[in-house]
Amino acid sequence: MLEFFSLADPNVRYVVLGTIFLTSSTAMIGSLALFKKKALIGDATSHAVFPGICLAFMLTGTKCFIYLAIGAFATGWLALLLIDMITTHSKLKEDTAIALVLSVMFGLGTLLLSIIQNSGNAAQAGLNNFLFGKAAALLKDDLITLSILSLLIVINFALFFKEFTFIAFDKNFAQSIGIPVSQLEFLLTSLTVLVIVIGIRAVGIVLITAMLITPAAAARFWTDSLSKIVYLSAVLSLIAGIVGSFASYALPSMPTGPWIVIVITLIAYSSFLLAPRKGLVAKKLYQRKRQHKILTENILKLFYEIGEATGELFSNRSIDELLAHRPMQRNAFIRGMKDLQRQSLVQQKGDKWRLTGTGKNQGQQVSQRHQLWELYLTQYLKIKPDQGHEDAESIEHILTPALVKELTKLLQEDSSRRPA
Amino acid sequence: MCQQVKNALIEVHDLTVSYYKKPVLWNIDLNLPSGQVIGIIGPNGAGKSTLLKAIMGLVPLDSGVIKIFGEPLHKVRAKVSYVPQRESVDWDFPTSVLDVVIMGRYTRIGLFRRPSKADQEMAMQCLRDVGIDQLANRQISQLSGGQQQRVFLARALAQEAQLYLMDEPFIGVDATTEKTTVNLLRSLAKQGKSIIVVHHDLQTATNYFDWAILLNMRLIAIGPVSEVFNTTLLQETYGGKLTILSQVSELLKSEEQAVREN
Repeated sequence: MLEFFSLADPNVRYVVLGTIFLTSSTAMIGSLALFKKKALIGDATSHAVFPGICLAFMLTGTKCFIYLAIGAFATGWLALLLIDMITTHSKLKEDTAIALVLSVMFGLGTLLLSIIQNSGNAAQAGLNNFLFGKAAALLKDDLITLSILSLLIVINFALFFKEFTFIAFDKNFAQSIGIPVSQLEFLLTSLTVLVIVIGIRAVGIVLITAMLITPAAAARFWTDSLSKIVYLSAVLSLIAGIVGSFASYALPSMPTGPWIVIVITLIAYSSFLLAPRKGLVAKKLYQRKRQHKILTENILKLFYEIGEATGELFSNRSIDELLAHRPMQRNAFIRGMKDLQRQSLVQQKGDKWRLTGTGKNQGQQVSQRHQLWELYLTQYLKIKPDQGHEDAESIEHILTPALVKELTKLLQEDSSRRPA
Repeated sequence: MCQQVKNALIEVHDLTVSYYKKPVLWNIDLNLPSGQVIGIIGPNGAGKSTLLKAIMGLVPLDSGVIKIFGEPLHKVRAKVSYVPQRESVDWDFPTSVLDVVIMGRYTRIGLFRRPSKADQEMAMQCLRDVGIDQLANRQISQLSGGQQQRVFLARALAQEAQLYLMDEPFIGVDATTEKTTVNLLRSLAKQGKSIIVVHHDLQTATNYFDWAILLNMRLIAIGPVSEVFNTTLLQETYGGKLTILSQVSELLKSEEQAVREN
């Protein structure tokens, strides 16, 4: 482990550096693809890149990365052109076009690969690494090519980020003010193909989509700003990349791609569950908290209103007596009571309960808010009192002090203007 | 009836546009005066939005010539502002109100550069003009329909254009936004700017516009609202759904399908 992270071994250094370049550039491009709703385009391109790699190998007879990359780039672009042609010149939608192109290109690639494998060419060993990726197989020369290409991608991305975002948000408007939309889209598509071409080295054809889309999808849960999403997704996929290449280093039989993808997906799912505000858990907790608030406020109001009606605000009452005035779920009611007791808003004596001083004040406030809102509904929105009651029931729990003040003022002015 | 205009703001000659061979605009010829608030009025599918998009160069033309301020669009782009329909973008896009408004200044800012302090202040002023400056840092996903429309208006104002083309700015907005928008159009016209608005509501049209273009695939009438808003012309625009024109266009479409099915 230490050996890996000290980066003393030059091979480890290549692998880690290569992964850093790859993951950060894929994450950047991927976040734009996500918000252009082009998540699946990446999938089609990565599959289409496969026959290009095989063809390049057949023509040159070497596995030199630069030749393979050129072949990959060519067929990747061809696939995108095909998809574009199918969608503009027929009534088929983009998803159908993607499915049509993706499978045929991958089939073609597999066919070519088996021809190569049967040809007995010894140099072909390792071509199938492109399927699932093997960062550990990165050589020094590869790394130089990789880093130049990633740098090219990152620089272009940074230079045109403002315009790329603009086009992703509102293409028509961008075009209308004279932004060179088609040129920039051409550039972005080329960058996407390029990032896939270099990315499949680490994670492979089948899984590159995950590298493009998952980091951005994870980052989306943490922030609302696109530039922060871009940074964050780069960092997240970097973490996944390092863990993945470590796994592949420690257990040489392990492919890198699946590890990277599993780690980044774990990050995405935990963001989905745990992110503050947007995560599932935070949302559920908030909902629970609100329900609980409504319950306890309703109990206090009930106590107060019975007390006011009978003139005995602080007398002891049994749960049955309270529930007789207002039907509520018994278990929930008892839970609410226990909680109010913890906050010293009610006191228990035997099986009877009574309000405390602060409990009375809070109950009074809820009751007043309720009346205020009911009054507002009947006076301003002309809702009949019996209908207004139920609406007021839900609103009284969310009225803020500022709104209460405003409502009071409004109703006071109103009653002074037309004497009852 | 078509009024003739001298020193036309927009000249359209012989414009035809079609989608998938189905014509949506036939042989449109018109001249528009400047300094007016002009409404494009017609039923659904009449080609109102397409006419705007054709003027903005956003749809391919089958035939026709369009000139703005006597020049082709690409020479006067900086003077023209386009407000697309609110539904045309994804409002969950992760960006803030101010950032969207600043987009209106992108061609002035230029490539490779960040918006300057002056651009930001200008954008804030535009937000103030439409009355939502307090929402500047809000995420656009948290806006109501009316607020979304105001963001688009502010973005158009940030362009400092001479001519504004607005696609259905009154659809799905609250009464206050509608009022703000109308006042804004009036004050722009008072500054000598011209505004063309796609509008579907006949009731309000006479109050909002100086001129009207009655459109139903072809040009029915154009002129001051008081002159073109009469029963005959409106009936011609809205009534009789099966005009020869739409029958022919259906025919063209089905012919294409027949060819495809073979």
